[in-house]
Amino acid sequence: MEITFEHVTHSYNADGPTASLGLDDVSLTIKDGLFTAIVGQTGSGKSTLVRHINALLKPTSGIVKIGSRVIDSETSNKNLKSLRKQVGMVFQFPESQLFEETVEKDIMFGPINFGATEDQAKESAQKMIQMVGLDESYLSKSPFDLSGGQMRRVAIAGVLASDPETIILDEPTAGLDPVGRQEIMDMFKGLQKNGKTIVLITHNMDDVANYADDVAVIHSGKLIANGLPKDIFNNNDLLKNDLLTLPKSAEFAKKLSQKGFSFSKLPITIDELGTEIKQQLNGD
Amino acid sequence: MDKIILGRYLPGDSLIYHLDPRGKFLLTFYFVGIVFFANNVASYALLLAFVLFAVYLSKINFGFFIKGLKPVFWLILFTVILQLLFTPSNNPIWHWGIFTLSKEGMVISAYIFMRFILIIFISTLLTLTTTPIEISDSIESILKPLKRINFPVTQVALMLSIALRFVPLLVDETTKIMDAQRARGVDFGEGGLIKRIKSFVPILIPLFVSSFSIAYDLAIAMESRGYKDGEGRSKYRVLSWARRDNLTIIFMIGLTIILLFLRSY
Repeated sequence: MEITFEHVTHSYNADGPTASLGLDDVSLTIKDGLFTAIVGQTGSGKSTLVRHINALLKPTSGIVKIGSRVIDSETSNKNLKSLRKQVGMVFQFPESQLFEETVEKDIMFGPINFGATEDQAKESAQKMIQMVGLDESYLSKSPFDLSGGQMRRVAIAGVLASDPETIILDEPTAGLDPVGRQEIMDMFKGLQKNGKTIVLITHNMDDVANYADDVAVIHSGKLIANGLPKDIFNNNDLLKNDLLTLPKSAEFAKKLSQKGFSFSKLPITIDELGTEIKQQLNGD
Repeated sequence: MDKIILGRYLPGDSLIYHLDPRGKFLLTFYFVGIVFFANNVASYALLLAFVLFAVYLSKINFGFFIKGLKPVFWLILFTVILQLLFTPSNNPIWHWGIFTLSKEGMVISAYIFMRFILIIFISTLLTLTTTPIEISDSIESILKPLKRINFPVTQVALMLSIALRFVPLLVDETTKIMDAQRARGVDFGEGGLIKRIKSFVPILIPLFVSSFSIAYDLAIAMESRGYKDGEGRSKYRVLSWARRDNLTIIFMIGLTIILLFLRSY
């Protein structure tokens, strides 16, 4: 399911005294089956952008095409369920959306809203709790007895349970420990390999380098760059204006190149960096 | 939420903004009180002129005040029409069943309409030009005499300023939770009454839970920064009473005298 933004502008409180522009003429294609990362400074409009994909926000002008659905300013708030079933959204700090008595009921909440039967939803809950790295004994617990990290996993399971084709992640690993964040990110990459489209908002450039196939850079509501991670990280204009920082491997490679190393292309992941260094050391 | 103007603060810079908030707060209440003294065309005209003058001094676009009327428009209309049709009179113009239309009714409903306008305008003026924190500071300072009867003034003021501080935060949190549940397939405002009420459970429970955790975190943070109780603290924001505040009081006294004169005239 391809997602296309065509000249999308979004203005908050459009006709009020405190109107502010959230998105300014954004045209962007999120390709089917890819892992797209959206980066940009805080308040640049990343969250505003992704909220258009499941019509939580509607464009003030322009259109958003999600598969065969077209969303514009006139789109009614009714009949959006089928769209929201296709587009799952993990919000920032999603643990604040838990409310049921047991973890199982909370995970089943989404599928049941989208028309699954109780048995289907239960089955889905059992599958999802394992997928996010918890065992089935958690299903009967209250979500409020869990630790922050476990709550996060349950909330993510609740979104994945309705089996969306496109998954939007708004900083899903913010505030998690390093092991937890790697597990969760690997799980999302695995989902993408199984045919899901992933859209990730993040400030972590290492995640962008390691996982993303496509990067969009947003700055004050405008799309200023879009392309492959290696191209984006080689874009000196962006780096110079502090609109972007480099992943750790690329930073290290830059320091090495000051000491006489030369890289054919900027290595953005540890693996690439390792290969390059190995080649050069053997070559000498 | 964005539509409501009354209770909002609008950043600005004019004489009204620089008045001492305590004075503004008390004078607004005083004005609401004296609105009920007006009893004829001349006295209402005087009060209206005063309100328009104050609005002019604030340099705020008049359109805001008109917008502020919108949420209460139906209430005003309802009250005015009731007054118009149910005022008993000896020589009605029109009479049908329990409804009576008379000259007296028209005059009284016009007065009621004016009272609404005056009160809403003056209170909108107060909230547009005074920050919530200034209002809570003024309430603390105004309630201070109640300390003598063991009324916990500082605690009440603290609760008030924390509550005011967290209103926008909780509004944000509510929007966020609503969006998250919408994304999980909840339809707000669809279906019958029971279904609609039920659809608010997934918002209310997370909202209460996060209020508890915010309260807990805030209490810990306050204690670790050395907060014991309200006693023996110094103040960072000090309100200052200036000459212009005295002038507003003199102006108000003048207004009251003219009003009382017009009233009996």
